Amino acid sequence: MIQVEGLSKKYARHVAVDNISFSVNKGEIVGFLGPNGAGKTTTMRMLTCFLPPSEGRASVAGFDVFEKPFEVKKRIGYLPENPPVYPEMSVQDYLLFVARLKGVPNSELKSRTEQVMERCFVADVKGKLISKLSKGYRQRVGLAQAIIHNPDVLILDEPTSGLDPQQIKETRRLIKSLAVEHTIILSTHILPEVETTCEKVIIINRGRLVATDSVERLKSRGLSNAVQVQVETDGEGQATVRQKLEQVAGVRKVLDRASATGRLAFEVESMPERDSRGDIARAIVHAGWNLIELKSTSLTLEEAYLQITGAPSTGEDSALVDGGVQ
Amino acid sequence: MRNVWTIARRELYSYFVSPVAWVLLTIFAFLSGLFSYIISASFVRFSLEGQMSGQSGPMNLNEQVIAPLFSNIAVVGLFLIPLISMRLFAEEKRQGTIELLVTSPVHDVEIVLGKWLSAVIMYAALLVVLLLDFSFLFIYGSPDWKPVVTGLLGILLQGACLLALGTFISTTTRNQIVAGAVGFALALVLWILNWTTSFGNSDTVQVLNYLSIVSHMESFSRGVIDTKDLIYYLSMIFLGLFLTTRSLESLRWRS
Repeated sequence: MIQVEGLSKKYARHVAVDNISFSVNKGEIVGFLGPNGAGKTTTMRMLTCFLPPSEGRASVAGFDVFEKPFEVKKRIGYLPENPPVYPEMSVQDYLLFVARLKGVPNSELKSRTEQVMERCFVADVKGKLISKLSKGYRQRVGLAQAIIHNPDVLILDEPTSGLDPQQIKETRRLIKSLAVEHTIILSTHILPEVETTCEKVIIINRGRLVATDSVERLKSRGLSNAVQVQVETDGEGQATVRQKLEQVAGVRKVLDRASATGRLAFEVESMPERDSRGDIARAIVHAGWNLIELKSTSLTLEEAYLQITGAPSTGEDSALVDGGVQ
Repeated sequence: MRNVWTIARRELYSYFVSPVAWVLLTIFAFLSGLFSYIISASFVRFSLEGQMSGQSGPMNLNEQVIAPLFSNIAVVGLFLIPLISMRLFAEEKRQGTIELLVTSPVHDVEIVLGKWLSAVIMYAALLVVLLLDFSFLFIYGSPDWKPVVTGLLGILLQGACLLALGTFISTTTRNQIVAGAVGFALALVLWILNWTTSFGNSDTVQVLNYLSIVSHMESFSRGVIDTKDLIYYLSMIFLGLFLTTRSLESLRWRS
């Protein structure tokens, strides 16, 4: 549905987007992830024909954004970071205007508008002026505006930014429900959002594409092939156990780890592509020791992300986990 | 064409739900009423004095009331027009709604024409107030109606032309005040260009005089539609709208 090849956006002094390529299939819901200023908005603006690319090509539904912008615009629903609403208009009048602008036939104006208002839960405020609406409602009006002409592709730039947790939950549910009929790209710098809503992730950092994969695969990608082992022995020391572990088939390296008294802890790294947890367990039990713990170090998406973008991990208070309070 | 009207209609909606339209209408009604009262009153006084002294010269409503009224209104227009055009694009840029317009399946020309058309309609609404002032002249006198029609046409064309330039200025900034101030300065310059006629009659002066926006109103208010004036207005409108379209396109290259 969306094809991007070698897309770049260069300005006089800096490169905002540098040689990005990816593709999105029909019906997919893709998270566009990256720290602030990574080039997410710029890429989206190129896809929506708002900005022309400096280099490379991008096509939406088979139409090139540069050569056939008109066809692309007909098939795209776009929600910029700030919902593009006119504060002096009422919700209903605004949506009628957008419907006309997007080329919805006159006979369907009323019904389409009613439909999207129901769908995006703004029907109860349809007569209100947009300037009187809360941020959450405005965001929903923005979403309604994006889907009013039933576009093939939805491009949502930080759809949940500035919302409270309850609204974030509702918006995510709404986006998921839209994924049935639309192909969706949404940008965010909030990881849980990608984990809960998207099937596929495209990570960019400083204008470059650093990873594109499914959420599951991306998580396992950061998985190192090491396991944590804790053993309780009848007096044998650290060195004895280490020796035993090193003899297990498939083990490459064993490192000592600090542990609680009476227990010995190790980090055992296996050969690549090999899971030797079974062998390790058997070896320990055979030696007559108690196997207290044996776990693989699976990364959370956040850790994978930090590893990939090379940002320093700041632990639990990282801006990436706090639900996107800006 | 549907797109042009869609945009123009939304724009008019904004004029009339915000105080802009009503403030402008009030100001214009007050000023045009004041001018038509002062001019008619002095006309009546002159004709009375003429009758009393027994040496009444030829008195003509068209030449002594309507023509001066038109030239005064033309100047009032110079002040009010930047207030109409300043918000057209500056507001969209500030609100971010320009992204909606530009990413919708409409051509840039349609956006520009829609915006400009709404401003012209807004300006025409002001001129409707003027008809009210003229109606008194028709009730109590019998002026020739043709110069009134051509005069209104001239005023409308002059407004349309300044609005086209004002629309262009509005695309260059996201600040309405800046757009208004620059628009006003431009209108003022175009107005006083014909003052250069007092410096003689060289070629430069004639060109400057031709470029001056008010010098083209005179023949209209006398009931004459001169092709020269018509071409001036139409080409200025074209220039303004052309620059606006180009500026709108360039937004994407620059931003």
